[in-house]
Amino acid sequence: MRRAEFVMAVVMALFSLYLMWKSAELPVGWIPEEGPGGGAFPFWLGAGMLVCTLWILLRWFRRTSEVSRSIEAYFDSRALTLFLIVGGALTVMIGSIHLVGVYGAVPLFLAFYMRFLGRHGWPTTGAVALSTPIVAFFFFEIALNITLPKGLTEPLFYPLYDIFL
Amino acid sequence: MEILNLLAGGFAIVFEPLNLALVVFGCAIGLFVGAMPGLGSVNGVAILLPMTFLVPPESAIIFLAALYYGAMYGGAISSIMLGIPGASTAVATTFDGRPLALQGKADVALIAAAVASFVGGTISVVLFTLFAPPLAEIALTFGSPEIFALMVLAFATFIGLGGDDIPKTLFSIFIGLAMSAVGLDIISGQPRLIFFGLPGFYHGINFLVLAIGIYGIGEMLWTVEVSRGKMSISQATMSLRRIIDGVIGLKSSIKTMLMGSFLGYFVGILPAAGATPGSLMAYGVAKTISKDPGSFGKGNVDGVVAPEAANNAASTGAMLPMLTLGIPGSPTTAILLGGMVIWGLEPGPLLFVEHSDFVWGLIASLYAANLFALLINVAFIPAFIWVLRMPFTILAPIIFVLCIVGGYAPTQDMHDVWLMLIFGIVGYLMRKLDYPLAPAVLAIVLGPLAEPALRQSLLISNGSFAIFFERPFAGVIMVIALGLLVLPVLQKMVRYARRPA
Repeated sequence: MRRAEFVMAVVMALFSLYLMWKSAELPVGWIPEEGPGGGAFPFWLGAGMLVCTLWILLRWFRRTSEVSRSIEAYFDSRALTLFLIVGGALTVMIGSIHLVGVYGAVPLFLAFYMRFLGRHGWPTTGAVALSTPIVAFFFFEIALNITLPKGLTEPLFYPLYDIFL
Repeated sequence: MEILNLLAGGFAIVFEPLNLALVVFGCAIGLFVGAMPGLGSVNGVAILLPMTFLVPPESAIIFLAALYYGAMYGGAISSIMLGIPGASTAVATTFDGRPLALQGKADVALIAAAVASFVGGTISVVLFTLFAPPLAEIALTFGSPEIFALMVLAFATFIGLGGDDIPKTLFSIFIGLAMSAVGLDIISGQPRLIFFGLPGFYHGINFLVLAIGIYGIGEMLWTVEVSRGKMSISQATMSLRRIIDGVIGLKSSIKTMLMGSFLGYFVGILPAAGATPGSLMAYGVAKTISKDPGSFGKGNVDGVVAPEAANNAASTGAMLPMLTLGIPGSPTTAILLGGMVIWGLEPGPLLFVEHSDFVWGLIASLYAANLFALLINVAFIPAFIWVLRMPFTILAPIIFVLCIVGGYAPTQDMHDVWLMLIFGIVGYLMRKLDYPLAPAVLAIVLGPLAEPALRQSLLISNGSFAIFFERPFAGVIMVIALGLLVLPVLQKMVRYARRPA
């Protein structure tokens, strides 16, 4: 925990500096007749964030905050494995939406999650993995008129568009 | 009675078939969301908000408000049956609800929770109906300095009353406001904070991206980690006879119910407080005023009644500042407020004048939602208990998918989906380190309203911050806000002074 607290504060301090630098692309000072410049609001917020991270680091150094005293692990090995698998699966799913679209990525993700993390049987897994995209199609594409990304699978949907749209 | 006329008009809207169906549906979903450990009203409202684009805004907010309400009832179910709070708002319900269930009196606890929720909900909606119009009238006279002062007050409550690490709370507020500044500068129209030149940042960061990231993906990651243990479900037998007996048995708890309702309502109005601390406080007060405080924690019905009346009352209380002042009273109402902006309704007192139908429809729907949530809750308790057996490994991936398509829907840009994933993961990592995240969500919703208010105020005063103290309303609000900011320091000093030498 102690190391994680330090790393997080430092990373956020760097992000604050980046935010301030980025805000300064617009005027941060006073513009006569116009009031504060466009960059002023985020610039001072970034400065505020920086002060907070320094404050957090001070408390870390003096061990006044609870997490900076904690000797518990930030992640135990089991939690880390789970986090990496779930986070990784999410990343792969979102990435593959670009390639095979929502209707390709979603069933694969559901099947992976339920079969390998949940150890459910194939019938349950299959039922959920296949029915979810069908429900999503009718809800988003037909009822809401929101086209979900389809990637390479776009041509497969032409007949469906002809029927429903 | 003008209010009664307006309220009658509101009921006419609620009793339209579509809206009535949405109230019932919203209550049912809310009960489910509330009952599932790891999901509360805020998660349900954040994840499902994009789905409400299907219906007109009035109906959408009626649905979401019903969901909010249902979740307050539902939280008690898993608190009692599993001993795990279904939502943070039902934490206090576990203290006595779980012991009751273990003694084989789960039905008594469930009925007490349902009835107390109904009483809390009803009292608070009546208070709401009486308070809202006059408050909105006062708020109509507010200018930019007053609006900005109110926002400072909202954030100050997080620092003074939130009870979290102060620098981390402040950091959360600042980063939320900074995220809201991404996109085009509202006054000059120049692009601003376009990180790495990515075109996706030109349309700004939709508050839903942050809200779904934190309350959807982040919350699920968190639940995946903490729900590794086994859960055991208590049995409850239900029959009409037992329900009636249960209700009659509550006669002795009326005083506690009333106390919980009023306390919950007023605590709920404060932005940082809301339903969770409201219910904990009600539990504490119930224990203090009880004739038999020793039985609390061992299965005292009053220990279930007080927090359940309070959390429902608080959820209505939280809507009061949202509708009248445009300042949300809880994370859930912050998301509702953001939703109103998407639907093209400017939150604040003008709503009462310009969209009176919308406001009164919503208020009337709270009465209806309260009644339906009670009926559905009592009638389908066995069904909800059955649903609680649903393995988390089926629910979690479906929720992840809902988050992703829901995050895509408002802007239809994959950029936002990636951003949501990043917010979810970073939010989860920060939450593990005790960074409170609700202030950031509130901030990203309020940011687009706070910045112009600040800039216009400074323009009026020619750059002097004294404007926030010179005007009567703004000055009073600012002084209260500053008081809240120094409150933790004062508490520390008092503790230091009292320290045994």
